[in-house]
Amino acid sequence: MPSEQPKARKPRRGEAVTEPLWIRCALTAVALGFLGLLLMLPLAAIFVQAFEKGWEAYLAALTDPETIAAIRLTLLVAAVAVPLNTVFGVAAAWAISKFEFPGKNLLTTLIDLPYSVSPVIAGMIFVLLFAPGGWFGPWLEAIHLKIIFAVPGMILATLFVTFPFVARELIPLMQSQGIEEEEAARALGAGGWQIFWRVTLPNIKWGLLYGIILCNARCMGEFGAVSVVSGVALTLTLQVESLYKQNMTAAFAVASLLTLLGVVTLVLKSLLEWKIPKQTAEEAMGYCGD
Amino acid sequence: MIHLQTARRWLRKRHSVLPGFGLTLGFAMLYLSLLVLIPLSSLFVKSASLSWADFWNTVSDPRVLASFRLTFGAALAAALVNAVFGLIVTWVLVRYSFFGKRLVDAMIDLPFAMPTAVSGITLTALFVKTRGLGKLLYDWFGLEVAYTPLGIMIALVFIGLPFVVRTLQPALEDLDLDIEESAASLGATRFQTFRLVIFPAILPALLTGFALSFARALGEYGSVVFIAGNQPGKTEIAPLLIMNKLEDFHYREAAAIAVILLLASFLILLFINIVQWWSRRYAI
Amino acid sequence: MSIEVQNIRKTFGSFTALDGVSLTVGAGELVALLGPSGSGKTTLLRIIAGLEQSDPGSGPILFHDEDVGGRRIGDRAVGFVFQHYALFRHMTVFDNVAFGLRVRPRKSRPSDALIRHKVDQLLQLVQLDTFATRYPHQLSGGQRQRVALARALAIEPKVLLLDEPFGALDAKVRQELRRWLRRLHDEIHVTSVFVTHDQEEALELADRVVVMNEGRIEQIGAPDEVFHHPATEFVMNFLGQVNLFGGRVEEGKIHFSTVAFDAPEHAQLQNQPVKVFIRPHEFEVGEFTDGQTCIRATISRINSAGPNVRLLLMAETGESLSVELPQERFRQLKLQAGSQVYLTPRGLKVFGDDYVI
Repeated sequence: MPSEQPKARKPRRGEAVTEPLWIRCALTAVALGFLGLLLMLPLAAIFVQAFEKGWEAYLAALTDPETIAAIRLTLLVAAVAVPLNTVFGVAAAWAISKFEFPGKNLLTTLIDLPYSVSPVIAGMIFVLLFAPGGWFGPWLEAIHLKIIFAVPGMILATLFVTFPFVARELIPLMQSQGIEEEEAARALGAGGWQIFWRVTLPNIKWGLLYGIILCNARCMGEFGAVSVVSGVALTLTLQVESLYKQNMTAAFAVASLLTLLGVVTLVLKSLLEWKIPKQTAEEAMGYCGD
Repeated sequence: MIHLQTARRWLRKRHSVLPGFGLTLGFAMLYLSLLVLIPLSSLFVKSASLSWADFWNTVSDPRVLASFRLTFGAALAAALVNAVFGLIVTWVLVRYSFFGKRLVDAMIDLPFAMPTAVSGITLTALFVKTRGLGKLLYDWFGLEVAYTPLGIMIALVFIGLPFVVRTLQPALEDLDLDIEESAASLGATRFQTFRLVIFPAILPALLTGFALSFARALGEYGSVVFIAGNQPGKTEIAPLLIMNKLEDFHYREAAAIAVILLLASFLILLFINIVQWWSRRYAI
Repeated sequence: MSIEVQNIRKTFGSFTALDGVSLTVGAGELVALLGPSGSGKTTLLRIIAGLEQSDPGSGPILFHDEDVGGRRIGDRAVGFVFQHYALFRHMTVFDNVAFGLRVRPRKSRPSDALIRHKVDQLLQLVQLDTFATRYPHQLSGGQRQRVALARALAIEPKVLLLDEPFGALDAKVRQELRRWLRRLHDEIHVTSVFVTHDQEEALELADRVVVMNEGRIEQIGAPDEVFHHPATEFVMNFLGQVNLFGGRVEEGKIHFSTVAFDAPEHAQLQNQPVKVFIRPHEFEVGEFTDGQTCIRATISRINSAGPNVRLLLMAETGESLSVELPQERFRQLKLQAGSQVYLTPRGLKVFGDDYVI
């Protein structure tokens, strides 16, 4: 057999199997119109509303002491919840992707559980546990520790809703990478931490970052769950709600801040999707016409 | 041969040379139990403290029933709208090229990335009948959106769209071009090819996206609570009712409603798993 | 039905896939398009099928002297068999084969009974009649390929086009299926074109072989014609192994390595550099020199597994050579690695610049 020459052809879309031009145009118009109304219009509306009374009102709303306090609290919640869930995510992904054990599928399913729980229920279960009438209520009162309707409760509720993000991102990624590289490192005499820092982590860093960014966005943006357990202190989203009843413009000013966070998250996410290798089925099959 | 390989791989992993199994699994289980399993179980324990009769009385209360009807109805309608438009959007994103496609693709995740409270107040401000788009709709068509079930549905469409698109997208991308070409070579029209070849192939993904969107809509709070009128019996969604019961310290009633919602979510999850299993049945 | 294409051009961006290709396939013929990856063979097949449009300015595509260039694939009555089968995986074997009949417009659609009869017949033809209710994932690769073939034949194509039909199969299944396809073709005699990069497959299966390279046709001919009388250096190289020598023509003789041959037919090439090709089996191996026409070489490796023994040698002038000889001859000569032998070319092929014998 002759040696194969490198492929010079780009993958092509079949010319014979596309729709007539007018259908393509119509479908594109429907899709873009739908997305424009549903996504773009609200996005624009936020900023229009926020700047309705000009820059000064906007800045005043953002520098209001209550808003500053809300920013601080939001950062605090994220600063606790993101690292904890990241450590959990890495540990769970390591155990699930590098080892075989009975009940593995069940564990994977349980990790996903918080996704299917309404945020309101996520907050409520901590109320049931820690409120004065709850399981640990009397005991907490006895030692004068307030969890629910206070900052610890908000952190717990946030931990719950953002629980799966990092693990969910890492498990499939690490499973697809297999264990050969780690075994090779082991055979060359590396210890556990060395294997993790020098072999595993470089392989998963973009996926890990991706998970952390999504986890962080949800932490800072969570509303329902923290709303159930909140007390006097407010996070940014709760501040938006509180302002919405008194001063629309101020509410939208704070909302625009959160929107920026969302947009930055989207940009980072899109950039990272370039970094994370995505094997299409076609590549995997080695699709070759000549 | 394949069995031998999996068996060998399994054996090798069992006797893995890699360290850290006990530590990582132990930590993961502990953390999972403390943060998720024990708190969630409190919900079931709480509702179990109700007798069957009490439980039944609670969830069959007209106000509760109305909230369920509204929540399930609006969620179902939103998921259906998302299935239809999500399919069109995904098709256009995967198959056609147009200016700004990458940007539009990234924008799909906006409802994921935006805090729900922000989406909620924004949609409300857009659709109140006294100004902007809402005023237009009201003046021209007599359509009231904010504070009506229609508004609730629109908020749920907003929140659920990414689920459908992101589930369908890989399925549509992975579809082999040559099955469409072979349908064409056998004389099928483009519409026949879609109906007989493409649609059956992407149906599992479409159903999964539909179910995910439905499940999310059932529990959604932040983006709906502002645009819903929150009138008991009319525009009060189930999650908000739970909230109200909690504020009145009716913990047991709240737990009973929550259990119903949670069970519905689990059923949907089960449905998704069945669909996934069903879709693998023809995998080559 | 005959196929004729004239001056077909096709570019993908800056890449020229087909550079003015013309080809005629006679009615009932089985023709192979042979070439390496990127030679344009699949593109040509897809253009004939109507899966791809040739660039503007290309010549017509004629089926039985009728221009079908403007027709969509579904209206060309071609059966197309894909390399990866392209079966509809959610349909049974029966439904796959029946697909082309069931999607016909109501007016020309056969009755259900007729469809059933026809599909059964086709499944018998491809020896899969007991598999009608199976799904593609329950079949082996060779069986799937046969379903794909039956499906393509169901629409009673005037022309059958196969894209690397055995490309995704194991070597052994490939062999069997190849012979089976040849028998099938002899039975139904539908004009067929298949694409392959495997020269053995092309030579064994086809009535005529079209050798393609870089978007052009290098040679068209019967298998033994292209093998024994390659028109170009590329064809010589592509169809089997060769030993290459740099040589020179002087006064009617070709000089290369340590030997010289009379070549009156090259007389007009005065003092020109040429390339000399010799196939491995076209060497006589001997222990003694017989004068001028021998190349002295040392055996560096022997591979005697197989019908012939393959030797790897180093010529005294430095070329690395590969030679094939029959087992008996090998035993007779008692060759070992390190032995010195004398090689006499029995046949050689000379190519100058744009010049070929």
